[in-house]
Amino acid sequence: MRGVVLLALLALGVSDAALASGKPSARPAPTTEQPKVSTSLRQRIAGCIACHGPYGQGGGSGGFAPRIGGKPAGYLYHQLQNFRDGRRVYPLMTWMVQYLPDPYMKEIAQYFSDQSPPPPAPQTPMVAAATLDMGRKLATMGDPARGLPACMACHGSSLMGVQPDVPGLIGLSNDYISAQLGAFKQGTRRTKAPDCMHEVTAKLDGAEIGAVAAWLSSRPVPAGARPEPAGSVKFPLQCGSIDG
Amino acid sequence: MRRKIFHGIVMLAVLGLVFLGWAVWMSGILHRSTPESQQVARSVPSAAAVATRKAWAEPQFASVIARGEYLARVGDCVACHTMRGGKPYAGGLATPTPFGLLYSPNITPDKQYGIGNWTEDEFWRAMHDGIAPGNKLLYPVFPFTYFTKVSRPDVDAIFAYLRSLPPAAQPNHPNEMPFPYNQRSSLVFWRALFFRAGEFKPNPGKSPEWNRGAYLVEGLGHCGMCHSSFNALGATDKNAQLAGGLIPIQRWYAPALNSGAEVGLGNWTDEELTQFLKTGVSVRGATYGPMSDVVFHSLQHLSDADLQAIATYLRAQPVLVSPGDVQKIEVSPQLAVELAQQGRQIYINHCAECHQLDGRGVGEQYPPLAGNPSIAMQPGTNAIRMVLLGGFQPGTKGNPRPYSMPPFAQLLNDHDVAAVVTYIRQAWGNNAPAVSPAVVTRFRHVPE
Repeated sequence: MRGVVLLALLALGVSDAALASGKPSARPAPTTEQPKVSTSLRQRIAGCIACHGPYGQGGGSGGFAPRIGGKPAGYLYHQLQNFRDGRRVYPLMTWMVQYLPDPYMKEIAQYFSDQSPPPPAPQTPMVAAATLDMGRKLATMGDPARGLPACMACHGSSLMGVQPDVPGLIGLSNDYISAQLGAFKQGTRRTKAPDCMHEVTAKLDGAEIGAVAAWLSSRPVPAGARPEPAGSVKFPLQCGSIDG
Repeated sequence: MRRKIFHGIVMLAVLGLVFLGWAVWMSGILHRSTPESQQVARSVPSAAAVATRKAWAEPQFASVIARGEYLARVGDCVACHTMRGGKPYAGGLATPTPFGLLYSPNITPDKQYGIGNWTEDEFWRAMHDGIAPGNKLLYPVFPFTYFTKVSRPDVDAIFAYLRSLPPAAQPNHPNEMPFPYNQRSSLVFWRALFFRAGEFKPNPGKSPEWNRGAYLVEGLGHCGMCHSSFNALGATDKNAQLAGGLIPIQRWYAPALNSGAEVGLGNWTDEELTQFLKTGVSVRGATYGPMSDVVFHSLQHLSDADLQAIATYLRAQPVLVSPGDVQKIEVSPQLAVELAQQGRQIYINHCAECHQLDGRGVGEQYPPLAGNPSIAMQPGTNAIRMVLLGGFQPGTKGNPRPYSMPPFAQLLNDHDVAAVVTYIRQAWGNNAPAVSPAVVTRFRHVPE
């Protein structure tokens, strides 16, 4: 919603004088003077900013558009390709990106990766304390008996992700996280093979997915938090989503 | 009761026709060899040489393969014969039609699933006659009604190119069509009514450029598949060739390409049109929807000479039928006035920053809405969809960092969208009827 409000404010920036002259009239007289349009990337990607915000803070689409600002560029680039190639299914995203060349996708990914949106307020979990605790245990310790790695094992001990390909998991809404985990489990969100998020989520049941999503969405984003540097984490799984 | 009897009779008649078609087909009346195939000199190796893929790796065929690749681009084969994220030319893309869902086949040289066992003559027959090996009649969703005009050397070159691709072992997906359309024998009648095989005949009274454009537009380019209207049996209306049409099921409206009122190509300059086709943008407007797909996969790769030929041919197209009288008034006059008034404020709030208060837009970045036929053409549905969905211009070699428009589906309700679309259809000299909020509701889904 914030993105939408911002967009509306941008649009309202039209001056009063301009409004007064805006009466519908006959075909405009041709003039040689043309308004200047910024050639900046930010101007070009108004379509992205409408939902994700100029800093990638997310929020549009009824809170469902995820916070992408500050996420690792490789991860964001892969998601744009995944929407294009049908590994991720969200029709509006596919509609937006399907005819974008790879280098441009990379540039857009880098733009949002370079942003540092202000930390969002953590969500108050709507679940019982025991559920929250189950989520915390799964996220921080996993379940070695079931061969289930902790979220932290790949996404970094800060859960802010690892450069360049592993996304952060905090600062996202409960709805968004649980939808993504469910989609990985069902195979409607995929990565390049091997799809290790499918392997991991296949071992989780619905209650566990709810618990993990609730706990992650309740974590505050520390001010100035960034993804951990490349090479700082030794991944327990071989993942197609990590270029390596 | 009477209706039931009528339905029964119709069903029996259809059954009879299907059986008759099958009988005719089996009797071999139509199994004639194609004379053209014997007349045209071979530009590619003999069938014996084709038997092994290795033959195509020989350097002497490189130029034929390269020409075939270019021609395959002109025909935009990849767009239908590749599914999202799939291997190129391995098929599997579903095309919805009023007659059911048809899946494109694998046309890589895989021997089991593709065309690895096809001969050059068999490929020619598929392209020229719409008949695959085993006398399998092809559905006209495969544009053989256009490809029949493609020359034998060009078809052979495309075959050479397809044979040079890596084979993809991807099984074909069966079509999902109800009876009687799932009976290929029913195509015997369709073909008798709507299809004549025949090569392109140049018009000696026109320039070589015009003729080249005609060959591309009416043949490989198969522009009329979208830009003409279909009759109830899914055939292009001959009189409505390039006069604009609604793409069935997808419900995008492909505007007229003649010099009539809609796109009015007669008013464009050659430069504007060739730039539009090559880059997806121009000062007249940008491509969107299915046309962006065509520019992205096909037209941006065409030579300047071929684009100029297409422009020359299209801009010379006369108006055969006027779409003028099919404008439908969808709302009451009172509501139309209200919508336009409310739409003006919405336009000022959300649209004017880019498209300008006077609707003139800015250069190639933000298309003009004043005098833009995409806004004012007969159905308002394309404009409704653009407001709901926004989107990027296609990213092309000539416009690699395209501008974009925000989607407004989340921000504006059906009434607001109808209001702003009504406003832009009537402001600045545009003169099109209001659109109804009820129509907006039907277009809220994102096209696949």
